[in-house]
Amino acid sequence: MRDTQSRSLRRWVNALLLVPCLAALYVPLYNFDEPRVLGIPFFYAWQLVWIWLGAGLTWVVYVVDWKGRDR
Amino acid sequence: MSATADSVSVVVFLALFALVSSLGFCATRWKKADLSRLDEWALGGRRFGPMLTWLLLGGDLYTAYTFIALPALMYSAGGAGFFAVPYSIVVFPIVFAVFPKVWTVCSQHGYLTAADLVAGLFRNRVLALMIALTGIVATMPYLSLQLVGLEAIFAGLGLHASINVLGHQMELPLLVAFLVMAGFTYHGGIRAPAVIAIVKDVLVYTTLIAAVVIIPAKLGGYGAVFDAVPAEKLTLPPAPPDSLGPQFAYATLALGGALGLFLYPHALTGLLAASGRDAIRRNAVFMPIYAFALALLLLLGFMALAAGVKDMPAFADGFARFGNLYAVPALFNHMFPPWFVGVAFAAIAIGALVPGAIMSIAAANLFTRNVYRAYLRPNCSHTHETRVAKLVSLLVKAGALGFVTFFPETSVVQLQLIGGIWICQTLPAVLLGLYFKWLNPVALLAGWAMGVGAGTAMAAATGFKDSVYTLRIFDFEIPCYSAVSALALNVLVSMTLSLVLRESPHEQREAAT
Repeated sequence: MRDTQSRSLRRWVNALLLVPCLAALYVPLYNFDEPRVLGIPFFYAWQLVWIWLGAGLTWVVYVVDWKGRDR
Repeated sequence: MSATADSVSVVVFLALFALVSSLGFCATRWKKADLSRLDEWALGGRRFGPMLTWLLLGGDLYTAYTFIALPALMYSAGGAGFFAVPYSIVVFPIVFAVFPKVWTVCSQHGYLTAADLVAGLFRNRVLALMIALTGIVATMPYLSLQLVGLEAIFAGLGLHASINVLGHQMELPLLVAFLVMAGFTYHGGIRAPAVIAIVKDVLVYTTLIAAVVIIPAKLGGYGAVFDAVPAEKLTLPPAPPDSLGPQFAYATLALGGALGLFLYPHALTGLLAASGRDAIRRNAVFMPIYAFALALLLLLGFMALAAGVKDMPAFADGFARFGNLYAVPALFNHMFPPWFVGVAFAAIAIGALVPGAIMSIAAANLFTRNVYRAYLRPNCSHTHETRVAKLVSLLVKAGALGFVTFFPETSVVQLQLIGGIWICQTLPAVLLGLYFKWLNPVALLAGWAMGVGAGTAMAAATGFKDSVYTLRIFDFEIPCYSAVSALALNVLVSMTLSLVLRESPHEQREAAT
């Protein structure tokens, strides 16, 4: 688990942190009114959902690469 | 006095406010330590676990002004005001990736401020001083805005009493709130806002959940709320052929805000109080709960629009005095029973106390460590240092109170805009400096000066009204948040000049040692 080779593989999971940044900052991806989700325009629904997806991805990165390393 | 005054609201509000303030005063006994040491008074001995750090940072970032001003922006500008959401989506991966390293270096060397860190990395006193001054100047209007947020709340409650100070009206409720905040901060340091942040969050979440459930139900559901917004304001307009368009401005506002956020002294203070790198990482995972709350809060602006509060005679006075900042207080007054109006307003007012206290502590740290100790009294004792910091934290708050009393609110907002641009210009020295040891302090200083100069010039060109400045390259328009374009220039200058100066080793050695 702790050997350098698997660690260098696991390091790649950190790239996931870029995904929510791109999803939030590339506006043409979500600048639409339709379709609406529960009455909420897509523009707002997309950003609301990405708050949670971003948190989820950060959690994945934490669990895979960082958990228990700094105790 | 005011049509919106209601004795039940006022009593509930005052009771909660008094309860929370007394908690602040009791905070000195908690995690007891020698409060005459600056790292104990200002950083709680760096012993705050993940949960407490989470509360503290949340209390730090979502301030009273946030509660009032961001929904007001949605109310007037529509979807363009929603950039605070992508901003908070971006900020937490940044915190996760970068700030554990900042914490490690700072705690290893006992640094309390960003300027301490820069002084340690580059051994250049001028650069450190400029970083410290930028931090202080950026924090002051932010602190003043908390008081503006409080004023809007007091007006919403109908609490109105003022005394005449040198020909200007000073609001008495504001003075009382100020004295309370000054008292517990002086006494307990960062322990006070940390304890209060716990109660604040309970109140804030209660209010928000009630608001996002009850208000749309009364208005006929979320669909109806969005239908009340003019269709062209719901999304961002498409870009004209010769421009990157408003969508680019939206993205740069989010990015610039996210980059600047943790360079603000008060946010960094909250992070440095964490007990370790792991606490910070786990925080970044759970911070999005705040981001979601913030998004719901923004939608209150649309709810105010759907409810049509602006045309109600009861709120005419408030809108005349505070403009759109009055949208949320009016909405709460219109929608909630009086006792819950008291709870909701207390939540927002206490929301001003937590960041207000931390901002004054952070500014005081910067002054004491990086101006007073670095330049005026190099060999002062720990006790003396702490005494100065406590005193300066009082002065900073008094300055903020004076500012909102003697200057019009618009100038506070304009200064906040410049502060946001300036604080981003500390990024190369503070964050890039951690990773790129080859950066030259003289080059960083030049980059900082270019960034601050260009950023200020761009803000001035819009009459300090708009944070977005449109760059023109030939006939192509790039509307960009000035902080981001100034930062790009800053980084470019810092790096290029560092490479140039590296060519002449003699000069570099002189600067670095």
